Amino acid sequence: MADIRGNFAGIKSPNPFWLASAPPTDKYINCRRAYEAGWGGVVWKTLGEDPPVVNVSSRYGAWHDGNRRLMGLNNIELITDRPLDINLQEIKQLKSEFPDRALIVSLMVPCEEESWKRILPLVEATGADGIELNFGCPHGMSERGMGAAVGQVPEYVEMVTRWCKQHSRMPVIVKLTPNITNVLNPARAAVKGGADAVSLINTINSIMGINLDVMAPEPVVDGKGTHGGYCGPAVKPIALNMVAEIARTADTRHIPISGIGGITTWRDAVEFMVLGAGNVQVCTAAMTYGFRIVEEMIDGLSQFMDQRGFATLDDFRGMAIPNVTDWNQLNLKYVSKARINQDLCIQCGRCHIACEDTSHQAITAEKDGKRFFEVVDSECVGCNLCAHVCPVPECITMVQTDAGTEYQNWTSHPNNPMRVAAE
Amino acid sequence: MNEISPARLSSGELAENFSDAHPRLNPQQALVASDRCYFCYDAPCVKACPTSIDIPSFIRKISTGNLVGSASDILEANIMGGMCSRVCPTEILCEDACVRNLNEHAPVDIGALQRFATDHLFEAGIQLFERKAPTGRKVAVVGGGPAGLSCAHALAVEGHDVTVFEAREKLGGLNEYGIAAYKVPNNFAQREVDYILAVGGITVKTGLALGKDIQLADLRRDFDAVFLGLGLGAVRSLGIGDESLKGVEPAVDFIARLRQADDLAAIPVGARVIVIGGGNTAIDAATQAKKLGADEVTLVYRRGAENMSATTVEQDWAKTNGVRIRYWSKPVAIESAGGAVTGMVFERSDTGARFTLAADMVLTAIGQVLAPPSLGAGDVLEMTASGRFAVDDNQATSLAGVYAGGDCVGNGKDLTVAAVEDGKIAARAIHARLTA
Ligand SMILES: Cc1cc2nc3c(=O)[nH]c(=O)nc-3n(C[C@H](O)[C@H](O)[C@H](O)COP(=O)(O)OP(=O)(O)OC[C@H]3O[C@@H](n4cnc5c(N)ncnc54)[C@H](O)[C@@H]3O)c2cc1C
Ligand SMILES: Cc1cc2nc3c(=O)[nH]c(=O)nc-3n(C[C@H](O)[C@H](O)[C@H](O)COP(=O)(O)O)c2cc1C
Ligand code: SF4
Repeated sequence: MADIRGNFAGIKSPNPFWLASAPPTDKYINCRRAYEAGWGGVVWKTLGEDPPVVNVSSRYGAWHDGNRRLMGLNNIELITDRPLDINLQEIKQLKSEFPDRALIVSLMVPCEEESWKRILPLVEATGADGIELNFGCPHGMSERGMGAAVGQVPEYVEMVTRWCKQHSRMPVIVKLTPNITNVLNPARAAVKGGADAVSLINTINSIMGINLDVMAPEPVVDGKGTHGGYCGPAVKPIALNMVAEIARTADTRHIPISGIGGITTWRDAVEFMVLGAGNVQVCTAAMTYGFRIVEEMIDGLSQFMDQRGFATLDDFRGMAIPNVTDWNQLNLKYVSKARINQDLCIQCGRCHIACEDTSHQAITAEKDGKRFFEVVDSECVGCNLCAHVCPVPECITMVQTDAGTEYQNWTSHPNNPMRVAAE
Repeated sequence: MNEISPARLSSGELAENFSDAHPRLNPQQALVASDRCYFCYDAPCVKACPTSIDIPSFIRKISTGNLVGSASDILEANIMGGMCSRVCPTEILCEDACVRNLNEHAPVDIGALQRFATDHLFEAGIQLFERKAPTGRKVAVVGGGPAGLSCAHALAVEGHDVTVFEAREKLGGLNEYGIAAYKVPNNFAQREVDYILAVGGITVKTGLALGKDIQLADLRRDFDAVFLGLGLGAVRSLGIGDESLKGVEPAVDFIARLRQADDLAAIPVGARVIVIGGGNTAIDAATQAKKLGADEVTLVYRRGAENMSATTVEQDWAKTNGVRIRYWSKPVAIESAGGAVTGMVFERSDTGARFTLAADMVLTAIGQVLAPPSLGAGDVLEMTASGRFAVDDNQATSLAGVYAGGDCVGNGKDLTVAAVEDGKIAARAIHARLTA
């Protein structure tokens, strides 16, 4: 049986599935239920200084597919709206009742050393395993000079991280905001400030949609709306890329990464882990389905590891990193063509019209006067759009047609005015 | 003993039995169903619809919340899109062609979605069509069924003045007098007629029969063109005995009576009913007899299930409702006592063995035929081998300016949707002729 115990920046947990700092981790009762359901750790909902913030109603916008599956969620919630001492008492009680689980406390206080000096000992006294610095919240808090406002300025990230390391013994995880042009800048700052780990991503600045009756952004609060933080399945690709960038860049690659963003299944989690994440955090999936989803995540991960012969998480962590490269390193001599499996084809013709209207006119729609869809190899550039618009899984596949013996990338390609001579 | 009697069931049971056979999708069901459409290229379903409704387009509009646009796609192609969504045998038309059948054996619910969109439009009371400026040209439409009304509507929209002559009291043809009651509850047929007439330019004259109250020659003289949508006025008889016995009657008459009843409890039905035939009419008569409270209803057909013109779905529907179907049996004699039917003798077509079924009611549904109205001297309409009006691709008959469509020309389909298409094509040809 696979050993899925996690050790993230020195913080141990029975499995790598943590709940991200958010409403699911806002109170003792929620966190206890989460632990009972099997979650390996929780990152407590971000604490701030008293007096607590005040939240609005409603707080969420959502993007659904036609079956009302929640593809994306956006929120305009702030950090905890409960007094600090109540939170601290509950954290302490929780940790004492579940000593084997990871309990991290997320923090966001003003960008002044005194504020951090004040709160860190209080958190440490709860027995929590570590802290996570919320530099990511894109709304509400950033307007007060906290959250993303700090996370977007690498110098502040470094400075606050350093304070935390100075004034506390606890491991420090820096949570990064995706609302920047290059995630490496704040990641490097975290490294410089002495962070034990980074976690990413926090939510993405967004307007979820406009209510056309009220002519205001969703969620509408008394006739008005505002930009909020986007999360859920839709943000996973953005999160994966940012994780990969940190994991494959020389001066950041050694720092432990807690992967966050759209994780809903064991497979999502494994994808983050093979890109270097030491563990993962989940918010929207739990908010959509409840805590029980962790059972599938644990079981799916264990089955995957057993089937692939991985004994521990370290056995596969980062395995895909060497294969994440820059575009200019891709082999331009590699050729693949689309193949339509006629036994599976249901004749919807979507491949044809997609290729005909928007690509390379490489799929015919008729043969011997009958509806029939077939790839014309000489026209097919192997873009694989057809395979994605095809509604039948595995019906259109991409098949390599070159001999597999040649390699040439853009750096040495004759069409590249800035080419370098091939070695 | 003849046991034909009304009120076999309580009015509550009857209301339940004759309520909407396939209730409208709720908005969530419609969303899920519409999301299943793949928006196929050159979609096979469109080709399978006799009126070529742009199905992917109307379904996509449902999924985006554009119900008026959706209904417009439907009604522009088929003015009876509302009726058709209720009565079309979609399992042999659009839904049979759906590519979802291939891997999933479950087509997109096209008929139900069509109803969802059109119901919305009718209930919102939105008139989609605007009549063009009057042209002063006049067209006579004889027969106010699907073919006639479709033709009349399209011509009225073009600005021509249309007069519809209808022999019966109400417009709608078999929509009003023939279609099974549970397919069109809440007076849908008349609501649809009202929608069609509301475009304006259509004068309705009911209670006037061609060949009796009006003559073709007069119509040809007084109008610029004539369209005949007469349907099939006569029924085939069994030819095995006295069909005037008490308890024996054509299924269409039984159904028409039922459709026109204000109170279903007033419609008499037998305790043991035999229905002879293999089409829609037989299925509908048998099912409705059962739903009225008959103890035993047996549908007897001379050949096998696959030979029936009623689809498998329709046969299953009858069976689900408690109708027993006997295949490969043909009627050879009617038994009676005191002027009333008591049973029927059948012969197995395979073994030749005979069996008798007791019955107090026998409904015959072995086919309707055209009863050509007397046309008066001089006017001769060419007929097909099967005894219907012969027409060309434009629905033009052998008489100049006279067009025909629907069941009376018999393109072999005898479906509401086919009649609507005929009317539409004829209107196009008449319009071209009047504006040439
Ligand atoms: C019992 C039954 C159930 C059916 N169920 C279905 C179904 O579920 N789905 C489906 O698609 N199809 C069904 N059909 C077939 C469908 O109803 C017909 O194909 C369709 O109604 C044909 O339309 P039409 O306009 O040609 O004729 P009709 O609907 O028959 O209309 C003809 C009209 O012309 C009038 N008329 C006739 N002679 C004259 C005259 N001399 N002068 C003036 N007016 C005249 C009639 O009174 C009638 O109103 C069913 C038919 C029957 C009998
Ligand atoms: C309603 C809501 C409130 C959140 N509040 C916080 C917070 O207080 N602190 C924080 O660091 N992240 C917060 N987040 C961000 C989540 O922790 C997480 O980074 C983000 O939702 C992405 O993960 P997911 O796609 O699994 O939801 C919040 C998210 C949601 C949906
Ligand atoms: S891979 Fe691209 S070019 Fe080739 S057939 Fe598919 S869509 Fe057309």
